[in-house]
Amino acid sequence: MRLTRTLEERLVALYRQTKVVGGLFRSLGQEACAVGSAFALERRDVLSPLIRNLGSMLVKGAEPVEILRQYMAKGNSPTRGRELNIHFGDVVDRNFVGQISHLGDMVPVMAGVTLTFRMRGEDRVGLVYVGDGATSTGAFHEGINFAAVQRCPLVVVVENNGYAYSTPTNRQTAAARLADKAVGYGVPGVRADGNDVLEVYRVTRAAVDQARAGGGVTLLELMTYRRKGHAEHDSQSYVPPGEIETWAETNDPLDRYGERLTGEFGFDGAALGAVDEEVRATVDAATDQAETAPPCDGPDALRGVYADPAEMPVLWYRGDAAAAVTAHERPAGWGTHDG
Amino acid sequence: MAEITFLDAIREGLSEEMERDPNVFCLGEDIGRYGGAFKATDGLQARFGESRVIDTPVSEAAIVGAAAGAAHYGMRPVCEMQFIDFVSCAYDMLTNYVATARYRAMLPCPLVVRGPSGGYVRGGPFHSQNPEAAFLHTPGLKIAYPATAEDAKGMLKAAIRDDDPVLFFEHKYLYRRIKGTMPPGDHLVPLGKARVAREGTHLSIITYAATVWKALEAAEELEREDGLSVEVLDLRSLLPLDDEAIVATVKKTSRVLVVHEDTVTGGIAGEITARINELCFEWLDAPVRRVAAHDVPLPYAPPLEDFVLPQTSDIVRASRWLAAY
Repeated sequence: MRLTRTLEERLVALYRQTKVVGGLFRSLGQEACAVGSAFALERRDVLSPLIRNLGSMLVKGAEPVEILRQYMAKGNSPTRGRELNIHFGDVVDRNFVGQISHLGDMVPVMAGVTLTFRMRGEDRVGLVYVGDGATSTGAFHEGINFAAVQRCPLVVVVENNGYAYSTPTNRQTAAARLADKAVGYGVPGVRADGNDVLEVYRVTRAAVDQARAGGGVTLLELMTYRRKGHAEHDSQSYVPPGEIETWAETNDPLDRYGERLTGEFGFDGAALGAVDEEVRATVDAATDQAETAPPCDGPDALRGVYADPAEMPVLWYRGDAAAAVTAHERPAGWGTHDG
Repeated sequence: MAEITFLDAIREGLSEEMERDPNVFCLGEDIGRYGGAFKATDGLQARFGESRVIDTPVSEAAIVGAAAGAAHYGMRPVCEMQFIDFVSCAYDMLTNYVATARYRAMLPCPLVVRGPSGGYVRGGPFHSQNPEAAFLHTPGLKIAYPATAEDAKGMLKAAIRDDDPVLFFEHKYLYRRIKGTMPPGDHLVPLGKARVAREGTHLSIITYAATVWKALEAAEELEREDGLSVEVLDLRSLLPLDDEAIVATVKKTSRVLVVHEDTVTGGIAGEITARINELCFEWLDAPVRRVAAHDVPLPYAPPLEDFVLPQTSDIVRASRWLAAY
């Protein structure tokens, strides 16, 4: 959680220096959802993060330098400059599947990932994150319904942070609880405190264990709060006064976990401070590494659309004009007939 | 009259039509209290109320489907796609339901689906798309894609009054960069009519949306450096296409470059080239050539996006090729 927050804070600084090319998306105040749930998975298990689940990718082994390069559109970013922010995947080793911007689409995709595990008899589970907004999409509905019918080993985490862009959850759905939607799909629905990282771990672990045991899909609704705007540019003018401050002061997931670590588990302030220091050093080193990384090379844009051909052709107009005219093929006797 | 931005022109057009006709209403994600991701509908909910500027769930298919139902019973809905890239989520509704409604079941479907489109803004593959060609192949729809602030307002008003469904693309690169002075009164620009953006005699560039401005830049450079007189035809409407204006410019210059920001294969330039071939082949002194984006998903990093998309320098080079042919 500390790494997520510190890394995002570093990204804000880089954004203000215009070193982040596109938008910046924060998970401030909801880090426990991503981190607690990802810890419930084994390395072989697969997750599909949404835009506020940077923490889940870090748990699964994504490196801070990868995130920084990606945001800064560096030539050696995980997508080699093709995609933004945390939109990237690794299905070979660390097992996270890159999202797209179209909300809900990853639910059917993860149904297919976990269907594959079931078909092959592999002991692997999938977890897909969506927000309160994505539950309104057709793709979400079709995906969870499909996974439920197929009894796919899939955990669907709905991170209810109160807002989809500017739209409050009560304008997104008339349902009192998003967990109640599970009834319609014939799967268990569980609502939990998303700002208590240990509780998030506990409920996710139970759902993962059930999926692993052949029990099929669980819908988890994690209650949290988005303390920053949809993206860094968003002024949050639509948020009632005091709401953000209340959450920050009374229900911060890092503060709450810190209190438990010192109060219940016997850590002292110095031990926690040492973790913070280590995180800062890690992010500093990653920043240095990312900042010196080379930019993308234009023609590389043509690579990787298909397996074969590996490279798309450069269009004709990029060449030398006079040479192109001479090179343009004409039949013998062209231009000589008199009509 | 003061100059206003392309974005203000859109808002003015919406506001005037809502004022004029109580059946006009807007629906979309975050368009009400927040005023839309680009603030196109800013202030409209305060003025016209929550029942006429509706914040919807994240549900593009429902937005378009609900608009169709309302349109059947006399309403004039204007749907916003937060980014036009998300119109793909309503593709089924638009192509199967909306586009066929009049033909198959005598159902009037006067609705508008509008939204920010286009690249040159480092938006990456899902916030930069130009999906117009996907809908060109759908009889029953109309497609508008204005380049100027004046046309943005006049065509949006015409689209709202049109008795058929209109997809209305608003290039986000132009939103705050392009300004115009609105003609006084009820300013309407008819759909289906192109506009000669610049007169010329040696060469025609047929284009639309953001690349109109790149073509105009190229035309100036070609006049200055090569003494070429370049005509620029701004199509404004893509469905229906203005064949008359296309043929007129071909007959005038006999050399044609078709330019668009969308990818080249299957893009609208192919359709335009085919029509020129069919309608006025005999007037051509050179093959019709296309300048369009490379056939890849639009990447995010500036050097990659710049490489993939057509630039002013590409239009200049291609024009020289045509002039020398």
